Amino acid sequence: MRTLLFEIKESMLIALRAIRANKVRSSLTMLGIIIGITAVVVMSTAIKGIDNSFQSGISALGTDVLYIDKWQWFTNEDWWKIRARRNITMEDFEEFRELAKLPAAVAPVISSRQIVKYGDRRVESVWLNGSNSDYVKTTNFTFSLGRFYSEIESKSSRQVAVIGSEISKSLFPLGDALDKTIKIGGVNYLVVGVLAEQGSFILGPWNPDNQVFIPIGTVFKNFLGQSWNTITVNVRAQNPSLLEETKIEAEGVMRKIRGLTISEENDFSINQQEGLVDNYNSVVGVIQIAGLFITGLSLFVGAIGIMNIMFVSVKERTKEIGIRKAIGAKRRTILGQFLLESSTICLMGGLVGLLLAILASMMINQFIPTSVQYSAVVIAILVSLITGIVAGLAPAYTAAKMDPVEALRYE
Amino acid sequence: MNIINIEHIAKVYQVGSEEVFALRDVSLRIDKNEYVAIMGPSGSGKSTLMNILGCLDTPTSGKYDFNNVSVSDMNDNQLAAIRNKEIGFVFQTFNLLARSDALHNVELPLIYAGISYSERRERAEQTLVEVGLKDRMHHKPNELSGGQRQRVAVARALVTKPSIILADEPTGNLDSKTGEEIMGLFTEIHDKGNTIILVTHEEYIAEHAARIIRLRDGLIEKDEKVLSRQFPKVKAAGI
Repeated sequence: MRTLLFEIKESMLIALRAIRANKVRSSLTMLGIIIGITAVVVMSTAIKGIDNSFQSGISALGTDVLYIDKWQWFTNEDWWKIRARRNITMEDFEEFRELAKLPAAVAPVISSRQIVKYGDRRVESVWLNGSNSDYVKTTNFTFSLGRFYSEIESKSSRQVAVIGSEISKSLFPLGDALDKTIKIGGVNYLVVGVLAEQGSFILGPWNPDNQVFIPIGTVFKNFLGQSWNTITVNVRAQNPSLLEETKIEAEGVMRKIRGLTISEENDFSINQQEGLVDNYNSVVGVIQIAGLFITGLSLFVGAIGIMNIMFVSVKERTKEIGIRKAIGAKRRTILGQFLLESSTICLMGGLVGLLLAILASMMINQFIPTSVQYSAVVIAILVSLITGIVAGLAPAYTAAKMDPVEALRYE
Repeated sequence: MNIINIEHIAKVYQVGSEEVFALRDVSLRIDKNEYVAIMGPSGSGKSTLMNILGCLDTPTSGKYDFNNVSVSDMNDNQLAAIRNKEIGFVFQTFNLLARSDALHNVELPLIYAGISYSERRERAEQTLVEVGLKDRMHHKPNELSGGQRQRVAVARALVTKPSIILADEPTGNLDSKTGEEIMGLFTEIHDKGNTIILVTHEEYIAEHAARIIRLRDGLIEKDEKVLSRQFPKVKAAGI
């Protein structure tokens, strides 16, 4: 055991000496591993970051909410068939609210894209949500300033607005949005509340941070005719375990409201986050696999580079191997020397790559959230070490089994 | 007491479908503190004999006892251990590690012998002093003259206190004056009780030894005492 440790230590010193003696070649070889490890780590942290922000963003929407809609979120069904469905109207909503007993909260939602302005500042194409005061109960919103609009404001279709954090940042860089009057599509609104950051760039327009909320009556009054628009009914279950029952009840109630007979299909859809999550997972899963595969490929190329260099190195140092063998180096000593050399190169490359990856992640973090995982760090180090050993194995074995007489004769 | 005892060894190389005998039938004993020169024209088998004596190679047939231990059927690792502890090599082309300084080169066999850092440093330094390189310990081979390089190689051979020193044309790459100095060093080493086997094709160099073994076509042609031994005219160490 002690002699083994001694040999490892001495081989390590010999390996470091060899790496130092061939600085240029060693660092060029290392470059392959550096690029490989950087790519893999950046990729995995970016994917993890996107995933994290999706998960947190989706939970802001509420996992226990159903969305009764004319449209189905993810479907293979014929678009024309769905388009032909009847609109869901405010009357449908009112009736649904009367009949459905299980939901904790029910809110009608209609959306429109508008320009939002304050003074010289403007945000184009903002997703404007019209609803009632119960809407906030169907979400997990938190407020940084003010409140959601009240029942009275909602019922009387006041010109009041609640704005998302990004909108607030754009229009009010100083954060003094409350009680200011903003223009939405040319009409004045009083800001009564600002949402705290709900946080998920990945949801895009679905991200409440980029949205504005006003009473639904106000939307109809100022922007959309009620008659030819369909609304969505957001239904929140009392708790996630009651979601399924709430859904069954909602389906029954809607069928009744729409006067469907037993033989008729639903002419509405009950969407839920699960569909979004499934869809997301299948898309991101593919990106994940493809991304890791491609970046893994660059690591593999780096490993082949190491193997190549080690073969050259063994060939070039044939004479040295002969000398070492002549004065008593055993096979395993030579094997160990070259294995340690390649794994040290890889390990150093891996550490540099990791450092670069962390810096790169910090830079990317300005645009999309990334998070460097401890597990990624450990895996990166292990992978580079294993790469070094695997890439060094064949060359080191070649060196170890050299015939000393022939190796000494080599010029 | 004999250190080397070989009986009827042969070495056959397969060249294509033909068998080439490098050594046909060689028997030989070398005692402790002998100074032997092996001579012969090229192709006589002297390199092959040296490789076998040095445990770098194994004979195709025959028996080889080293210090009364049979080495003819040892494996690679056992042979490496014998080379490390019992044999000191000095080569024509010095064969030093180019990127290591003199001290590290001399230290190397002790590393493979598993000797601790402080002890091997001390022994390597001491041996370098003995060969007259006190001031050159931290020079790399390319910063040393030919004679100095060969001294480093001699120090490397001596540092493990081996049973035999095996020198293959040690003066072949040196001018005659430097060669003479190296031969003086060998005489000194021999006088201290070491066993030396010298491989050369120069009569003059061989005559430094006390016994000459002449090879021809894979056989011992002559094995004789040197009557008029050459003694170096130049003092060896401390130049």
